[in-house]
Amino acid sequence: MARLGDLADKLRAKNAGPFWLTIDVFCPDAEIYQRVSRSLDTAAVAALYGVPTQVLKRFDIAALNVVKISMPRPNVQGSREDRDMHASQWAWLLADLEID
Amino acid sequence: MTRVLIPTGALGLGFDADALARAVGMAPDIIAVDGGSTDSGPAYLGTGTSKYSRAATKAEWRALMLARAEAGVPLVVGTAGTCGTDSTVDWMHEITAELAEELGQKVKVARLYSSQPVVEVAAAFAGGRVRPLDPAPEVGAETLGQMTNIVALAGAEQMGAALESGADIIIAGRTTDTATIAALPLMRGDHAGGAWHGAKIGECGSLCTSNPTSGPILIDFDAEGFTVEPGLASARCTPASVAAHMLYENADPFVLYEPGGHLDVTGAAYTQLDERRVRVTGSKWVPGEYGVKLEGARLVGYQSTILVLLREPRYVREAEAWVARLAAFLAGEIKARMGLGPEDYALDFRLIGKNATLGALETSRAAPPEVGVMCIVTAPTQARATEIAKLANPFLLHYPLTDDEPQATFAFPFSPADWARGALHEFTLNHVMMLDDPMAAFRLEVDEVG
Repeated sequence: MARLGDLADKLRAKNAGPFWLTIDVFCPDAEIYQRVSRSLDTAAVAALYGVPTQVLKRFDIAALNVVKISMPRPNVQGSREDRDMHASQWAWLLADLEID
Repeated sequence: MTRVLIPTGALGLGFDADALARAVGMAPDIIAVDGGSTDSGPAYLGTGTSKYSRAATKAEWRALMLARAEAGVPLVVGTAGTCGTDSTVDWMHEITAELAEELGQKVKVARLYSSQPVVEVAAAFAGGRVRPLDPAPEVGAETLGQMTNIVALAGAEQMGAALESGADIIIAGRTTDTATIAALPLMRGDHAGGAWHGAKIGECGSLCTSNPTSGPILIDFDAEGFTVEPGLASARCTPASVAAHMLYENADPFVLYEPGGHLDVTGAAYTQLDERRVRVTGSKWVPGEYGVKLEGARLVGYQSTILVLLREPRYVREAEAWVARLAAFLAGEIKARMGLGPEDYALDFRLIGKNATLGALETSRAAPPEVGVMCIVTAPTQARATEIAKLANPFLLHYPLTDDEPQATFAFPFSPADWARGALHEFTLNHVMMLDDPMAAFRLEVDEVG
């Protein structure tokens, strides 16, 4: 077991327009990518972000050693409830997830 | 073949002067730069103003106007002034006219306007010509009435019309990030999938290279695809650095919707040509119905804020309880002194050091040495927001955790303690407006300056 934050090269989150956010998990090599791709549980990710699993879009991109997860923003960008204009810090919730 | 020079990811971000000079010397057919996006939030669209300073914009535009004169090719800025409203197009035109005078240039300037009158958009809704994207906010007469600005995102067709005017400089209002780059290759019959894919890869300038802050890149579009090369001599493109840009700010890394169709890069192949260049083929353009995306911002209120800092360990530990008790007390005071109930204003508290970024989703329970309490008042007028903040001020300074303890006092970093933040805008459209004629919702004006 290892923390995703320790395994990944980089965790990146960003707006994908005002209504979506997208998170990219960059893995350093194919072996770690396979491990992350196999072990990262989509339902656990959805639970972390408080959204239903079926609204998550997940792309496992072996060619780039990247797992990408997109979801509708829980709060529309810049609305009264929004806390992160660029959705740039949302990736860090994933850092503590345990990967087999 | 069409060679497009993209000097930087956004006008106002800056670029390496040597890399630009090198790229200009490589005989581009057009210089295209992006001037904005929604990424900085709804205030810019809401107020129709630029995020970047006029000084930075003018300094960079000067360098690009000189590059244009040297290369003898059109210079295009898309989404001028961050939000691409008519007001920011005119702002950019004013800067262009000033620079033309200062540089002794005589230039033909085309302005492509993207602002949409609310009545026209309301008519399009009523006529069933507007389709919601996922997720789309509810839009009715009331929300439409609160809109301060609506823009439509121009595509390659509108940019093409601007290019056909023969202008030296094109100042476009809101466009898709890609349209300013894809327009000329498409007009000249280069590969459509390659044109849109290359435009997406290039829209952030050197972000697709080994040196993301250097600025310029060059893209050669041809009959089968495109080749990308950094402007900076020491920078490199690799298949990974290029392909990875499809991830950026994109919910789906394989599909990109544009007016009149979509790009599908599932079958794209990325090949290293030499040390610095990457070639891409196999991208597909899939034509569809013609619609343009709409963006709108409405005014939802005005805000004032106060920041107070807690360092006393007991208050740091009990910050949530302190805020809950204070919020209940303030609600009573605001009712008693101003006659206002919860429907008349909103009072939010964010605990910096505990969970200000992620709110209830925060999983860390680490103990901070101090907590910043950001108190945010939202009300229908600035006067009311400020009045509530001033009413809250002494309690944010002294309010105790319990009734039976000596007076507490916390840290205010500023005097006055309250900030009038001004208007709060909200993005209110995630819709596509269908058009029979691509130019029906856009205006083109051409003049000469200098």
